[in-house]
Amino acid sequence: MNTPAQAEDLGLCLCHGCGQACDLSDGSHTCERCGAALHPRKTNAITRGWAFLFAALVFYVPANLLPVMHTEMLGSGSDSTIVGGVIEFWEAGAWDIALIIFIASIGVPAIKFFSLGLLLFTAQSGSSWARRQRSQLYRGVELIGYWSMLDVIVVALVAALVQLRGLGTIEPRPGILFFGMVVVLTMFAAMSFDPRLIWDDPGNDGGGTDGASE
Amino acid sequence: MSMSGPRNLIICEYCDAVYERAPVQRHQRALCTRCGGVLYRHSSLGIQQRLALSVTGAVLLVFANLYPVMTIGMQGLSNSATLWDSVLILSSGSITFIALVMALAIIFAPVLQIALLCWVLSFALAGRRAPGFAMCMRCLEGLRPWSMLEVCLLGALVAVIKLAGLLDVIPGIGLIALAALSVLIIYIAGRDIRDLWEQV
Repeated sequence: MNTPAQAEDLGLCLCHGCGQACDLSDGSHTCERCGAALHPRKTNAITRGWAFLFAALVFYVPANLLPVMHTEMLGSGSDSTIVGGVIEFWEAGAWDIALIIFIASIGVPAIKFFSLGLLLFTAQSGSSWARRQRSQLYRGVELIGYWSMLDVIVVALVAALVQLRGLGTIEPRPGILFFGMVVVLTMFAAMSFDPRLIWDDPGNDGGGTDGASE
Repeated sequence: MSMSGPRNLIICEYCDAVYERAPVQRHQRALCTRCGGVLYRHSSLGIQQRLALSVTGAVLLVFANLYPVMTIGMQGLSNSATLWDSVLILSSGSITFIALVMALAIIFAPVLQIALLCWVLSFALAGRRAPGFAMCMRCLEGLRPWSMLEVCLLGALVAVIKLAGLLDVIPGIGLIALAALSVLIIYIAGRDIRDLWEQV
């Protein structure tokens, strides 16, 4: 299998706005089809990626420590955290729901932190290790990214529903703000990372780019 | 190198490899040989079908937003909540910002997606580009990651189970509309709307 040609070597650039292969040789910086700005690589992809990732990590602490909701039932009130919600389901015997919430609110963020950190670190050092797998990892991160919003939506729906004056009320608490911020920031981190950096060789520029593709 | 202009070329967004576009059959997709990413898929939807589904989506959207997602009852008291109510409850106090994210994710992004699709496709049906076509298409690209109706659907189901032990929970029309709409949006607002650039 011969290696396909690289866009950079052919003077081409992918437009992220419409998917068009744009010719950069005439010095244009916008896509002639949709007008979006063209970047051969995303600007400061690694720095921005790290910045968003660290910000997300910082918010992850209060997201887990602070209560996400406050339940007032028949006079007695209690606060619950994200982990508390999982344990509650588990102890009530609903292990399947406990598992869904655990995966969405603890598993997915943890996997995202680890994967993005790994991708940023290896791209930064110009590693050629497991490039194909790292590409797949990036696509996985893109795919699972927003499922962590599940908790925010559950809290909002439950709080909006349980507003029974005198019997019981549920209110959202600041933990959910931090949790939502973690989701948004990790999404920004994934979007600002450029998966093409995985394939860039720091020293060697284009060896065999003679053949046309496919 | 037989190049027939950049129009026939396709660049892998994950690794920058360049390929010549080859036709794909139904249920087929083109994969990048280097990184394994999907280059493009066969799109089975014509403009007419996509427009019809977008109008369906608009109707479902009205139902999903006007009717309660569910109703709870306990000792004679009952309360129901729409999607908008769940956004409003987050907007109180110090956590307003997350209400904005939530409103974008479950209301504004889907509404905009459907509106833009209807606008762009109804002109495309007449064989013309809609006014502001390029901007609409770029908005559709940008909105896709922020539209989270399928997460909202799962969230609603978890909420049903969470509350069912304590109170009576009755799923509403909004929930059914939400279920249908979340599937529909994935189908019609996916990456293959890019084909429109070539069709009109």
